[in-house]
Amino acid sequence: MAAQVPLVDYLVLGDEPHLVANECTECGARFFDHRNACASCGGTQFKKVDVATTGTLRAFTIVAFAAPGVPVPFVAGVVDCDGTSVRGNVVNVEPDPDHVTTGMKVRLTTFPIGTDEAGTEAVGFGFEPAA
Amino acid sequence: MAEDVWILGIHMTKFGKHPDKDTVDLASEAALNALADGGVTMKDMGVLAAGSLMSAGGGIGQQLQKQIGQTGIPVYNVANACATGATALRTVVMSVKAGESDMGLAVGVEKLAGAGLLAGGSRKQDSPNWTPAGRYGAVAAVDGRIGTETMPGVFAQIGMEYGHRYGGTSFELFARISEKNHAHSTLNPLAAYTKRMTLEEIMGDVMIAYPNTRPMCSANCDGAAAAVVVSGSKLKTLSLEQQRRAVKIAASVLTTDPWEEACQVLPNVNTLTRNAAKTAYEAAGVGPEDLDLVELHDCFATAELVHYDNLMLCQEGGAADFFSSGATWRDGRTPVNVSGGLQSKGHPIAATGIANIWEVCHHLRNEAGDRQIAGAKVGLAHVIGLGSACGVHILEKAAA
Repeated sequence: MAAQVPLVDYLVLGDEPHLVANECTECGARFFDHRNACASCGGTQFKKVDVATTGTLRAFTIVAFAAPGVPVPFVAGVVDCDGTSVRGNVVNVEPDPDHVTTGMKVRLTTFPIGTDEAGTEAVGFGFEPAA
Repeated sequence: MAEDVWILGIHMTKFGKHPDKDTVDLASEAALNALADGGVTMKDMGVLAAGSLMSAGGGIGQQLQKQIGQTGIPVYNVANACATGATALRTVVMSVKAGESDMGLAVGVEKLAGAGLLAGGSRKQDSPNWTPAGRYGAVAAVDGRIGTETMPGVFAQIGMEYGHRYGGTSFELFARISEKNHAHSTLNPLAAYTKRMTLEEIMGDVMIAYPNTRPMCSANCDGAAAAVVVSGSKLKTLSLEQQRRAVKIAASVLTTDPWEEACQVLPNVNTLTRNAAKTAYEAAGVGPEDLDLVELHDCFATAELVHYDNLMLCQEGGAADFFSSGATWRDGRTPVNVSGGLQSKGHPIAATGIANIWEVCHHLRNEAGDRQIAGAKVGLAHVIGLGSACGVHILEKAAA
């Protein structure tokens, strides 16, 4: 099996792919990116925490017009994963408002996005209908 | 007690395509006409604040001085996303309130005609070797792979989230908001687009990011706006005509977004707007029910809906019902965007935060012609720039 690399460093691959967040040890605020200090309380200590892999779609749009090179249409959304909001595409669903609705239950899924010259496969994530 | 501050003169250029004018030409046109409108000259100005977001490094303030008067006054070049114009105005207001100057000029200008998507508008080719970079350690571009960075898509989600929380929204409801603004624009000769559109035309137009079709998105165009601010004590020394036409800035507020869960994945345009509105109502001693007209930041139809709620024009969660009642049409209880709004008047970014003040002043001075809101005495102008910054100004007609 080819070597794999996650699209972003907050995606953990393996048998049970999941997202991780940097959680402020003072106030519990969660961030997916590297922070110098907590935007909520100013604390400077963070710990890695796993984010729930299932959630509820709280907002979405169906992007029909995007930059050249971005395949359209696609569904972009915000998923409430047990209290942690996650940005991601909704995949494995017809990209139309009859099939995508706010409030729908979704779960994390991963998929290859391409292979580089060294033969390493990059893996992205999205959310698919859970029901 | 800090000085009262007033708008003495104000002007907006025609919004639209100005292929024969550059940003400095447009800024000069707005500035010279605002000065003339106030019956003053550059020699009377103690401070200048100016913004042009797409050329924010260029020093638009000094460039403008070269064309209209190098008087040696302090210049503040400001950039604050779509709140740039409001920030320029507020910079001058702060200078006057602080007593550093008794008159100042604020200018916003942008050349955007023909521009496409302003964010997420390009995607680099993937690198031949996956190498983590940036604060997310991304090995490739994430726009389109992890959600969307395009503004129509971001604001679409903001509207959809409101609908998820409170109910009552639909594609048709959002399109009806756009229908209202396009109808209003037919009375505004300075708007970039003045064509009335039917609901069917709006819903059937090119989809950009569901539920926003093309006419439900703000229009990229060229334009400029400028305002002359004067202190209350200086105004008393001016002519009765100048005093009669002056418009009081009863509140000038700027906020940013306080941290909240989820703001890292979808900008929260709600809390900072609500905070700005609360502060502004308190400062002005008025409430939403006192407003005769509102110009709010309808960068997309989905945004206008949430700001009805954020500006407390309706009960919390009641924006859909509020709109459906007809309240925000020009003959309704709280007319919103009688200028046509950003969807039809246009959105030359840095000009917008002064152009909306111009619209409100026009009505308070009873000079708005065919689109005059009869007897208007108090109005509110709101802008928001993602990042985020929110400007709210409350304006009052002169008592005289």
